[in-house]
Amino acid sequence: MRPLLVAVGLALAAPVFAQSNLPPSYWAYRQLPDPKQEARAQALMEELRCLVCQGQSIADSDADLAGDMRDLVRRRIAAGENPAQIRAWLIERYGDWISYRPTADPINWPLWATPILLLIFGGAIAATKLKRRRG
Amino acid sequence: MSRGLRLIPIILLVWILLTFAWKLIQPEDSTVRSQLVNREVPQFALPAGVPGTPALSSADLATGEPRLLNFFASWCVPCVAEAPTLERMRAQGVKIDGIAVRDTPGAVAAFLDRHGNPYQRIGADRHSSVQLALGSSGVPETFVVDGKGVIRFQFLGPIGSADLPTVMRELEKAK
Repeated sequence: MRPLLVAVGLALAAPVFAQSNLPPSYWAYRQLPDPKQEARAQALMEELRCLVCQGQSIADSDADLAGDMRDLVRRRIAAGENPAQIRAWLIERYGDWISYRPTADPINWPLWATPILLLIFGGAIAATKLKRRRG
Repeated sequence: MSRGLRLIPIILLVWILLTFAWKLIQPEDSTVRSQLVNREVPQFALPAGVPGTPALSSADLATGEPRLLNFFASWCVPCVAEAPTLERMRAQGVKIDGIAVRDTPGAVAAFLDRHGNPYQRIGADRHSSVQLALGSSGVPETFVVDGKGVIRFQFLGPIGSADLPTVMRELEKAK
């Protein structure tokens, strides 16, 4: 009896994020017919942050708002906009937060500099070791 | 290798651990603020969200006096909690327009019947497109729009009675 109740309960439960009163927007779960356009849309969607399940990209999220954002991205790509324009449009509204791609702003300079510094550091260690062995 | 150089990895490790610890102690703030505050409301024109209440376009917001623009939905539980506060503000003469997000006219009508209709106009935002255009990230969310149609303030989440003075002050400031 108990497992049956649980099964019925699960079947009736609404999915957590698909909770609004309308079905997903047209392009939320549909690929664009042109594979090149779809590839560009997909690449952009993977770099845009979902506003609801923060930490997921809109390509990964099943939240209604993420679906509406995918709809927006695909609609605009199909209309001939390029991904950079769409990203800029969203950043204008939500700030850099919405995009996963790190910017070249001063706050990110340590991020870009770290690999170079580590390379120099490693090179210095290797150089001293090699010198010692030779001597 | 000199002793100082050998300490560098340890210092780096401690620094990283301290950063983690500091970030873990910080209370989480997951609110996403709109960057459009002090900018003009983007142009939009929405169909009526419910029969009997006029539709809403961006032109309706620039009326010479400040108004509230409230994103809500009949499927949004915190919106129920917010309804009495909106009603109180309407009774105090605040002009409020609503945008029903991803909703059907029937469900909106039932919601307003049950919780009151504080709105002068209601637009239906079926694909969250106006919500995204305004940099809003959920329901309920409320914008103060001044007489020229410029966004002056954004309130995220339900306006409780404790938040009422804040919103009234922002409305006063937008005059």
